[in-house]
Amino acid sequence: MGVLSEDIKDRIKAYIPRYPRKQAVTLPALHMVHDEYRTVSNEAIVEIAELLDLHPSEVHDTMSFYAFFKTDGDKLGQTRLWVCRGLACMLRGAYELIEHCEKKLDVHCGHTTKDGKITLEFAECIGACDGAPACLKNDVHVMNVTHDAADKLIAELKN
Amino acid sequence: MATFEPTLLARIAKPNSGKLEGYRNDGGYATFEKVLKDKQPLDVVTQVKDSGLRGRGGAGFPCGLKWTFLPKDHPGPIYLCINADESEPCTYNNRILMEKDPHQVLEGIMLSCYAIKSQCAYFYIRYEYGTAYRTLQAAIDELYAAGLLGKNIKGSGFTLDIFLHRGAGAYICGEETGLIESLEGKRAWPRIKPPFPAIEGAFRKPTIVNNVETMACVTQIMKKGNDWFKSLGVPPDPKNPRDAGSYGPKLYTIAGHVNEPKCVELPMGVTCRDLVEKHGGGVWKGRKAKSVNPGGLSMGFIDVNAPLKGEDGKTEYDIPLDFNGPGKVGCLGLGTAAICVVDDQTSMVDVLHNVCQFFSHESCGQCTPCREGTGWMLKITDRLRRGLGRREDLDILVDVADRIGIIPGTTICGLSDGAGWPVKTAIRKFRAEFEAAIKDGTKSAYTKLQMAAAH
Repeated sequence: MGVLSEDIKDRIKAYIPRYPRKQAVTLPALHMVHDEYRTVSNEAIVEIAELLDLHPSEVHDTMSFYAFFKTDGDKLGQTRLWVCRGLACMLRGAYELIEHCEKKLDVHCGHTTKDGKITLEFAECIGACDGAPACLKNDVHVMNVTHDAADKLIAELKN
Repeated sequence: MATFEPTLLARIAKPNSGKLEGYRNDGGYATFEKVLKDKQPLDVVTQVKDSGLRGRGGAGFPCGLKWTFLPKDHPGPIYLCINADESEPCTYNNRILMEKDPHQVLEGIMLSCYAIKSQCAYFYIRYEYGTAYRTLQAAIDELYAAGLLGKNIKGSGFTLDIFLHRGAGAYICGEETGLIESLEGKRAWPRIKPPFPAIEGAFRKPTIVNNVETMACVTQIMKKGNDWFKSLGVPPDPKNPRDAGSYGPKLYTIAGHVNEPKCVELPMGVTCRDLVEKHGGGVWKGRKAKSVNPGGLSMGFIDVNAPLKGEDGKTEYDIPLDFNGPGKVGCLGLGTAAICVVDDQTSMVDVLHNVCQFFSHESCGQCTPCREGTGWMLKITDRLRRGLGRREDLDILVDVADRIGIIPGTTICGLSDGAGWPVKTAIRKFRAEFEAAIKDGTKSAYTKLQMAAAH
């Protein structure tokens, strides 16, 4: 029994005709698996490799380049909350905001709260400098995040 | 003076500016349909080349000229890759275009693909731009439904597919060959050039990599003509035979210590001072600017108070932001035209540490000078901000910054060059401040923070 559902396998296969080589589906496949299972397990790597006619080490090689993906034994929480630490955000209070969120959530960046709700991360510039300091809620920008706004956002995500 | 009417940003405030219907009502895709009917691909290449359009991604390479590097009469496939990995710190102009007026960008892609005889465009967009990704996907779906994408578009015989491809949070994917490697499903390690992508790019086929704003410019050039485009900006410097000029409108993004951080469209060549004081609402909290980063971190820093040689009363703050301006004050170039303002209450040590943190984090690790050099610079700046700086540190920093990125030669891509410029410009221009910090053992206020990233 594989770890990937038939649905996700079909979605991965649907990407194959877009590219002249199957290997190009590696990133889309990793994203789909990561979004759904909150991690890319070693078994999932083997199954992605089978779908794309690759060796598992080729998929792992690509994946390990992008620190983005959580690997075997590590798992994302329900929401991934990134706090930007780019220069524009740093100048407008990003470090204090990261500190505030770490204290509020009682985790360091890169870790998930005990209830599994929020994974906190720092990000390099997320391109939301017109709303600095900014956060990324999964892949959606949250602008002008004061400490109060962060508290509200966290309360919402914990709910 | 007549106020400047924006073109690239003309539609962004309209309700539903991202929808096909609204874009059509504003005359959208009429240019593309006309070009399909009346013009040959070479006509489009020639017009874009003659317009003087230089790429908006950072390097400023003439767009039409790049297109002519493709092999003649190639049997295909030829690919167009759109670089929407916009990750240069303080830059967000492409995000605004993609979120608010995706069809303007897509029409430019369609025109460009027609010009370079490509039937397939890969739109590589950074993961962090989720809203832009979904807006673009909805726009592309509308185009397929309307018969403007797909096989034999409007009976013209021209076929085109556009596929979005999401990145995974790596700055290096904005380097064109890193982008191609990433698209192919590999580690985003930039390739040794030559061969340049136009000869051997994505999937070993001829490939053009263009920036999002460049595509929007192509749309407007084909719509409004070269006379309009060349009526804006700065003509080539007659004393410099290698200068290709800085024509056209440009999206400038303003960030950092200003009252109104925002993206504005202006004719190329606005001064740094005007951008901050007029368009950005001035420096925040009634303070004064100390330094400005003109064009993304890789370009370096200007000293707002340093006088310009031979120009009475003017300072580095008054340099024009065209392709040549920042170079006149020791910066690398215009870059992404993103400016970030640092006020006079902020320590340059903290600023530089943040910059070094970024490049060290984002170096792909392929070339030793960059991988090690960015790490050294981070270690040294970290020592400085902890009040443990040594006398020789500043010279070491400048030395490393001067040596790690001399292309061609030391590294495969330009990342390390970009990592060096902010370090050498900050230290050369603010040396007294760094020296004082070392002498006094000043500790950065940030070192009190407990957060993970502080260690």
